[in-house]
Amino acid sequence: MNWHRMWAVLIKELRQVRRDRVTLAMIVVIPILQLVLFGYAINMNLRHLPAAIVDQAGTSGSRQLLMDMLATDIIHPVSDARTPEQVMDLLRRGEIQVGVVIPQDFERRLATGESAVQVLVDGSDTVVQSAARQLAQMPVVRVDRERQLNSVPLPESPFSVVSFYNPQRVSAINIVPGLIGIILTMTMVMFTAIAIVREHERGNMELLIATPVSGAELMTGKVLPYGFIGLIQTSLVLLCGMWLFGVPIRGSLLDVYLAAILLILANLTLGLLISTRAKSQFQAMQMTFFVFVPSILLSGFVFPFEGMPEPAQWIAELLPLTHFVRLIRGVMLRGAELTELWPDVLALIVFIGVMMTLAILRFSKRLD
Amino acid sequence: MPGDEVAIQASGLTKCFGSLRAVDSLDLTVKRRQVYGFLGPNGSGKSTAIRMLCGLLTPTAGDIEVLGLRIPEQAEQLRYHIGYMTQQFSLFSDLTVRENLEFLAAIHGLESRNSRKRVEQLLQEYQLEERQRQLAGTLSGGQRQRLALAGSVLHQPELLFLDEPTSAVDPESRRDFWEKLFELADEGTTILVSSHYMDEAERCHRLAVLDHGRLVADGSPAELTGGLEGRTFEVHAQEPRRVRQKLLQIAGVISAAQIGMNLRVLCDDSGVDLQQWQQSLEGAGLEAQIEPTAPSLEDVFVAVTSKPAQKPEAVS
Repeated sequence: MNWHRMWAVLIKELRQVRRDRVTLAMIVVIPILQLVLFGYAINMNLRHLPAAIVDQAGTSGSRQLLMDMLATDIIHPVSDARTPEQVMDLLRRGEIQVGVVIPQDFERRLATGESAVQVLVDGSDTVVQSAARQLAQMPVVRVDRERQLNSVPLPESPFSVVSFYNPQRVSAINIVPGLIGIILTMTMVMFTAIAIVREHERGNMELLIATPVSGAELMTGKVLPYGFIGLIQTSLVLLCGMWLFGVPIRGSLLDVYLAAILLILANLTLGLLISTRAKSQFQAMQMTFFVFVPSILLSGFVFPFEGMPEPAQWIAELLPLTHFVRLIRGVMLRGAELTELWPDVLALIVFIGVMMTLAILRFSKRLD
Repeated sequence: MPGDEVAIQASGLTKCFGSLRAVDSLDLTVKRRQVYGFLGPNGSGKSTAIRMLCGLLTPTAGDIEVLGLRIPEQAEQLRYHIGYMTQQFSLFSDLTVRENLEFLAAIHGLESRNSRKRVEQLLQEYQLEERQRQLAGTLSGGQRQRLALAGSVLHQPELLFLDEPTSAVDPESRRDFWEKLFELADEGTTILVSSHYMDEAERCHRLAVLDHGRLVADGSPAELTGGLEGRTFEVHAQEPRRVRQKLLQIAGVISAAQIGMNLRVLCDDSGVDLQQWQQSLEGAGLEAQIEPTAPSLEDVFVAVTSKPAQKPEAVS
C-alpha cells in the first residue's frame, strides 16, 4: 500500500464529487427530505380519522364520553349517521375509518361492566386500527381477546378517554436515530458501487489498471471521501433531529459517531463488493436495492424485530442496518454505552472485514 | 533489460472469447526504438493483442516477453515501464487537463517536485498550456488526443502502446501526432501503434497486418509493397463501372477499385496475361488502357485480407 498513490486517488475522487452536482445534492437533500418525510408525514400517531358517531343512549354520561373522545383529536366526525347499520355502510364505502356506537343501554352496561361502547374500525389499514385501539384503550377493561382479534368491531368500554389523551407523543424521537442508518445505507452503498462501476463504464478503469496503482490503493482512495460524506450526513440528521423534533442524545456523542462510522464502513465495503460484480451503473443500482429494501423492512426500523418470523430475523442479523439500529437506539434513546452493546459492534466489525476481503479478492487488475 | 534489442517477443499468442478466436497463434517480434504498426480492419484482434501484451488480458495460449519480463506473470513490474493509450478517451472528463496529468504523475509515483516540472513541460510540449484549467470532457478531439498521449508518456516509459490513437481526429492533428511519435522514437521509446489508416501504416518502421485474429503479413512497408511488384495495374476507361464488372470475372483478379475514371486492379500471383484482358474487354465492346503501377499498402492490405483460408505469409 503506497499512501502517496492512495492519496492521489482520494484527491481525484473529491475533485470529481465537488463537480458532480447531482451527487452533491443527494448528500444534503436525501437526509433532509427523509427526516422531514419520516418525522412529519409518516406519523404513526394518526390524527383526524374520518369518523361517524351514533349516540343511541343520549344520556349526559354518553355525551361526556363522546366529547372526551373528540378531544383526543384522533377522530373527526364527518357524517350524521343515526343507526349502527348506517355506520357499517359508511365504513364499507370507505367514507369513514372509524365508527363509534353508543347503545341505548349504555348506562346499564357500564354499571354491569359489559362492553358499553362499540368502536368499529376499518381494519384494512393496520395503522388506523392501532390508532383506534388507542382510542378504545382502558385501564380496567375486560377484553374478550378472541373477539378482538378475529372481528372488525373492537368492543371496549372506555370509561374515561381523558386518561390517555397524549397529544405530545411524537414518533420522530423514535424514528430519527434509525433514520441515520437508513440514509447511510441508501447513499453509502450506492455512491461507492457507482463510483467504481462508472470508471469501468467510462473506460477510466482500463487506463488505471495499466498503471502501477494497486487494487487496495484504488479502493481505499475511492471509498474514504464517501466515508467523510457519510459523517456529514450523520451530523446533518442529528442537528436537524434535535432542532426540529428535539431528539435527545442520552448517551455519549462519541459513541454515536463511532456507531455511525461502523455502519458507514460496512456499507462502503458492501458497495465495493457490489462494484466488483456490477457491469453497469444501472446494475449497481439494482443490486443496491436488493440490500436496501430488506434493510428498511427487516432491520427493526419499521417493524419491531421481535415480531418477525424467525427466518426473517436470521436475514435481519446479516444486515448491518439491524445492528446499527440497535446500537444507535441504545446510545441515543437509552443512554447506553457502546461497550454494553458489544455483540452488535462485533457483528458490524466482522461484516466489514468479510466484505473488504471479498472485494479486494474479487477486484482484478485484468480485463478478463 | 538495457542492451536487449528486442522489446516485444510473442509466440503462438491466442485469445478465445467463447468460440471466437479473437487472436489466433500470433507470432510477433518488435525491436527497440521502432515504430511498429498493427494494421487491420475493425475486429481483427488488434486491441485484444495489445491488451494481452500489456498484461491486461490473460492469453488463452502462447508466450509473451515484454522488456524482458514474462507476461502476464510479471505484469505488475511491467506497468512502471509502459504507457498505454486506450482506444476510447480514458482520462477523467470531469477533471481539468492539469488535474488529469497531476493525478497520473502521482499514480506513477513521480515525486511532487519532479511531477510539477514534468507536468509543466508536457503542457507546453503538447500545446495544452492555455487549456490547463479546462475540463478534459470539453476538449476537442485533437486536444483530447494530445492530452491522452501526454498522459501516457508522463512517466517516460520505454514502451508505448497506442490503440487506434487517431481514430477520432482530423488529418492535421493526425500529422502532428505522428511527428510526436517519431520524436519519442528518436528519444528511444519503442512504440506499438494500431491503426486502420493506410497513410499511417506507411509511416511505420515495420508493420503487422492482422485479419480475423491472424497475422497475414509482416514486414517493412517497402518489403510488403515490394512483394506485390507486377500485380497492380491502372486501367483507364470511358465506362469504368462496366469494365470493372468484366475484369472481376477474369481469373486471378482479386479486386478492382474505382478511383475517378480509373480502376486500380490487383491480381494474385498466378501470372497476368494483359492480352487476354484486352481481348475479353473488346469482346464486350469496351475500350481501356491498361498500365502497370506501383503497389501501395492498400493493395497489400486487400491482397492479404482477401484470402482468409491461406496460411500467414511472411514477406520479409
